[in-house]
Amino acid sequence: MTISDRVIRILADHALLDTSDVTMDDTLESLGLDSMGLVETIFAIEEAFDITVPFNANAPQDSAFDVSSVRSIVAAVEDLMKQQA
Amino acid sequence: MRRVVITGAGTINPLGYAVGATHAAMRQGHCAIGPLDIPDLDRLQIQIGAQVRDYDPTDHFTKSQLSLYDRFTQFALIAADQALRQAGQAVVDPDRAGVVMGTSGGGLTTQDDSYRAVYQDGKDRVHPFVVPRLMANAAASHMSMTHGLRGPNFTISTACASSNHAMGQALAVIRSGQADVMLTGGAEAMLCFGGIKAWEGLRVMARDTCRPFSADRTGMVQGEGAAVFVFEEREKALARGAHILAEVAGFSATSDAGDIVSPDCDGAVRAMCGALRDAGLTPADIGYINAHGTGTAMNDRTECAAVRKVFGVSADDVLISSTKSMHGHLIGAAGAVELLACLLALNDGIIAPTVNHRIADPDCALDIVANTARTAKVDAVLSNAFAFGGLNAVLALTRA
Repeated sequence: MTISDRVIRILADHALLDTSDVTMDDTLESLGLDSMGLVETIFAIEEAFDITVPFNANAPQDSAFDVSSVRSIVAAVEDLMKQQA
Repeated sequence: MRRVVITGAGTINPLGYAVGATHAAMRQGHCAIGPLDIPDLDRLQIQIGAQVRDYDPTDHFTKSQLSLYDRFTQFALIAADQALRQAGQAVVDPDRAGVVMGTSGGGLTTQDDSYRAVYQDGKDRVHPFVVPRLMANAAASHMSMTHGLRGPNFTISTACASSNHAMGQALAVIRSGQADVMLTGGAEAMLCFGGIKAWEGLRVMARDTCRPFSADRTGMVQGEGAAVFVFEEREKALARGAHILAEVAGFSATSDAGDIVSPDCDGAVRAMCGALRDAGLTPADIGYINAHGTGTAMNDRTECAAVRKVFGVSADDVLISSTKSMHGHLIGAAGAVELLACLLALNDGIIAPTVNHRIADPDCALDIVANTARTAKVDAVLSNAFAFGGLNAVLALTRA
């Protein structure tokens, strides 16, 4: 499974959707993930990839981890895996 | 209705080991937040907190006492002792004197140490007094035993509103005639590895410092400590010529019945209005609000919106500050330590500032007394506490 497949599976699990319903252009809002859902999702990503995600729920837009779309989340995870390898 | 006054106050918190030192630090706008000094710090992302520094338990307690006292109990006993000494002969009939304390974590340090011993160090044995040390009512029970207080005694755990709820209940107990004197406040000692690790998970903790109401805030910072007050039935206090620090004029508690962590403006509004109503005050009477002011975007904006809704046009005249910027968030002891800032406002006319403030947030457009203490004649104050779980508790105090 590719990184994007695994990220999509985690997002789908937390959004209670089928993986086939999640596209790269989806946003947290379109997936129906609220702030608590996001914090849980990030925890699951950290556990799955053994990385530390820099994310502050107070100011999501200022965090280094871009959560504006599924595509940006996948890209951020790929970056972090390279940095923290 | 029986009225209730405060005749003694005591504390140990990151700003000082007594009320005088705490008030001095608040006047100076001293920030006690700094690098944490705890075991396993290298495994924490959160590296800062407001600790009670240079604290040596053996300066205050014997070895046999310490085998029974978790850190939060120690803090409570130190604060209670100061408060009772200031109050003088408040306890005439011990059967009519009780305790109600607030704490969120109880003996969390004892739990943390014991779990480390059995899970990490592989030990098959823990200290025989783990249970009586860690129980949430340990502090209140030791306060009763140390001072022979034989009336009602209980502990309230409502996260960040614990001590405001506790003091509200102390008020109710005396008003209703169940007791004449109550030791009340809160104690917390959550700055251990597990306590911080749990908060880390929520991702609402600041990395730099606590900046309530500042547009560049990054979240909350934990503190630790205790504050304890002697609440006394007013006629009895007057009759014995006690020095009265303030009247506890009103209290209100509400529930959001909404989200487990996100605050709700309406719940805060109803709590503030309820406290004003209970005290027979109007918004125009209030000169100072000690804000809940955690330094999270969600709390600060919701709280400011709630104040504006309650106070209407007089919102621009009321002074509001978050002293959590100086002593951190004491969780279950927050409201108790913050009541000290209310006493400073009422008795000394000094408004403790919101320090670390850098950039105005248009969503927090109130007079937040940024960075420097201010003088103001204040006759009545509110103290806000809004807890996870959607539990709101607001106290109203008036000058004696």
